[in-house]
Amino acid sequence: MRKMEIPLSENLGHGHLACAGCGAAVSMRLTLKALGEKTVMVFPASCWSIVPGFWPYSSFRIPVIHAGFVTGGATASGVRAALDVRGDHESVVTVWAGDGGTFDIGLQALSGAAERNEDFIYICNDNEGYMNTGTQRSSATPLFAWTTTTPVMQPKENPKKDIMAIMADHHIPYAATATIAYPEDLLRKIDKAKRIRGTRFIHLLSPCPPGWRIPSELTIKISRLAVRSRVFPLYEIENGNTYTLQEESHVVPVKEYLKMQGRFSHLSDSEVEVIQKNVERSWERLLKKAEA
Amino acid sequence: MKRVITGNQAVAYGVILSRVDVISAYPITPQTTIVEELSELIANGRLNTRFLKVESEHSAMAALIGAATGGVRCFTATSSHGLAYMHEMLHWASGARLPIVLVNVNRAIGPPWNIWSDQSDSLSQRDTGWIQLYCENNQEVLDTILQAYRVAESVKLPVMVVLDAYVLSHTSEPVEIPTMEEVDAFLPAYCPDYPIDIQEPMAFSVITTPEYFLEFRYKIQKAMEEVPEVAKKVNDEFRSRFGRGYAAIERYGEGEAEVLLVTSGTVTSTSRTVVQKLKGNGTKIGGMKIKRFRPFPFEEIYEEIRGVRKLAVIDRNLSAGVGGIFAQELKASLYSREERPEIFSFISGLGGRDITPNLIEEAIQYTVEHPRPEEEILWLGLKK
Repeated sequence: MRKMEIPLSENLGHGHLACAGCGAAVSMRLTLKALGEKTVMVFPASCWSIVPGFWPYSSFRIPVIHAGFVTGGATASGVRAALDVRGDHESVVTVWAGDGGTFDIGLQALSGAAERNEDFIYICNDNEGYMNTGTQRSSATPLFAWTTTTPVMQPKENPKKDIMAIMADHHIPYAATATIAYPEDLLRKIDKAKRIRGTRFIHLLSPCPPGWRIPSELTIKISRLAVRSRVFPLYEIENGNTYTLQEESHVVPVKEYLKMQGRFSHLSDSEVEVIQKNVERSWERLLKKAEA
Repeated sequence: MKRVITGNQAVAYGVILSRVDVISAYPITPQTTIVEELSELIANGRLNTRFLKVESEHSAMAALIGAATGGVRCFTATSSHGLAYMHEMLHWASGARLPIVLVNVNRAIGPPWNIWSDQSDSLSQRDTGWIQLYCENNQEVLDTILQAYRVAESVKLPVMVVLDAYVLSHTSEPVEIPTMEEVDAFLPAYCPDYPIDIQEPMAFSVITTPEYFLEFRYKIQKAMEEVPEVAKKVNDEFRSRFGRGYAAIERYGEGEAEVLLVTSGTVTSTSRTVVQKLKGNGTKIGGMKIKRFRPFPFEEIYEEIRGVRKLAVIDRNLSAGVGGIFAQELKASLYSREERPEIFSFISGLGGRDITPNLIEEAIQYTVEHPRPEEEILWLGLKK
C-alpha cells in the first residue's frame, strides 16, 4: 500500500462521549479528516446520537443533524436537495448510521435513496449489534455470536446479512468496505467516494469493546484480524459490478479472530469450523466476482 | 383569473404560488392527483422545484425535515394511512421547529379499507405539535396554503392544511387564482434564522437532558399561543390584498342563536343551507365553523358562544371509547367557564357517507327538543 498524507485537521473535538477503545471513535476521526470541513453529517439514531455530546454542546466542528432512526437515506436526500437549491453543490452530505439503522430499520430509506442515486455518502458504522441500547442482536450480528437477545444457550442462529451485495445490486457508483486497522485504505476510500457523485456506500467495521467483550486496547488488533481471517475482506465495488480486492497477504484462521472476543467464547470447535467454512465460501464468491 | 378546478388542483396552485423549493411525497388515494399535477408542472418547467419521489410517507417527511433544516421552503401531501405512517416524523418536524406545510386529504383509516372522507386521520395527529387548519371549499384550500407558509415561518411550527376526500379533492369549483406577483407581495421568500451553514457549524436536534427538555416543549406551547394573533394578522392582510379571508371560527345564521350547529370541513357548506332554511321557524339556530383545530381557538369560541344555550356538534371522526373529537375538545375548553352551553355530540358520515341536509336537520331538531342529550354519543344515520 502506497504511503499517504493523513490530514492534520481534527473535526472531532475533545470531550466526546465514546467508550474507551471505541472503534467507531477512531473511524470517525479518520473519516472526518478525509471528508474535510465542507461536510454536513446526518446521524440517524445510534451511539452517535449520544457520542457528540448533550445540548448545548457538540464535539463536532462541522454541521451535524440528528435524525430519526429510520431516516438516514431520506434525511440526507432532503439536506442534499436544500444545499443544491441554495447553490451549494460542493459540500458533501454524509450519513453516519449504525448497523441497526442500515441493515434493519433504515434499509427501506437507504434502498429508496440508492435507487434514486441520491448524491451523498452513506457510512454504515457496523459494530454488529444494537450496542447503544446494550448489545442486542441486529441482522449484522454474526452467526453464533452472543448478544443480550441471543444468549449463549441460544446464540445467533442466522448468518450476517450481506449488505454489500444488497448495495451492489442497487448499481450505485461506489461501495467499499473499510476498517480502522487499515487507516490509509480507509482514508483513500473516503477520499475516492468524495470525488464521485451519486450514492456512495462505505461499510465500516468498528469493533466495540463492551459489545464484543474485548479489552479496549485490542480494538485495532481485532479490526486487523477481521481482515486477515477474511471475516471482513477489504474491497470496492464500482457501479455494482466492478470488484477490486485489497488482499491481505497475511491470512489467519477465523479461530484467531474469534478467540479474542468474549461474544464468541462459548463456541465449540465444530461451530468454529462452520464459521471457517462459511468464510471460505464467501471468500470464493468474492474472488469470482473480482475475476469476472 | 377564475378557473374551475378540483381541490387537489387548488393545492397544486397553492404550492406553485408559494414558490416551494423542495417537495417530497409518496402517492396515496385520494391525494394522488396533487403529486401528479405537481410532477407535470415540474416536468413542463413551469415550477422550479426539487421533487423527491421517495419510497414512503415516513421518508417523505424525513426528507423534508432534512431540507427544511437546510433552510428551504418545503411541501408534502398525504392522506389517511400515509399520515399515520408519518406520525413519528410529524413529532420530529414540530420538535425541530421546522415550518413545513403538509396537505392532508381527509380519508378514513382501515381496516376495513375505505378511501372516503373521514377526519380520524388528521385528528389522530392532534398531539404532534402541528397547526391544523380545516377547509370548506377549494378557494379556501388555495388561500389557506398561502397563509399557512406565512404563519408557519413566523412561529416556526409546521402546518397541516386539511380538505375532505372527494367532496373537495375531486370536485371542481370556480376558484380565483391570484397572480404570482400578488402572492410574492404577500408571501416573501423564506429567511430561516438558523439554516445549515458550513461556515458556522451547528448541531441540530441534539440529545437533551431532563434539565432542559421541559423548556424546549414550553417554547413550542408558547409558539402555539402566538398563533391566534399571528394568524389573524396574516388573514387581515390577506383579506386586504385579495378580498377574502378565513377566521379561526366563523359564525353564520341568526345572531342571537339559542342553538349553534358546530361543524368543520365541507359539512359546514351543507349546514349553511340547513341553517338558512330553518330561519324563522321558532328556535333561533346559528352555525359555527371551526377552521383552526390546533391551536384550539379557545378565546374565539368563548367570544362566539355568548348567550348560546346548546351546541350541536357534528363530528366526522371517532375516538373510540370517547366519541367525537371536536365535541370532546369543546367540552374540555368550556369546563372552566361560567357560561357552559349543553353539548350534543353527533357522529356521522364516517368513511365518507354523505352527511345530508336531512341528517343535519335531524341533529338540530333533536337538540332543540331535548334539554340535554340522552346519550353521550348521538349517532346520525346509524343502521341498527
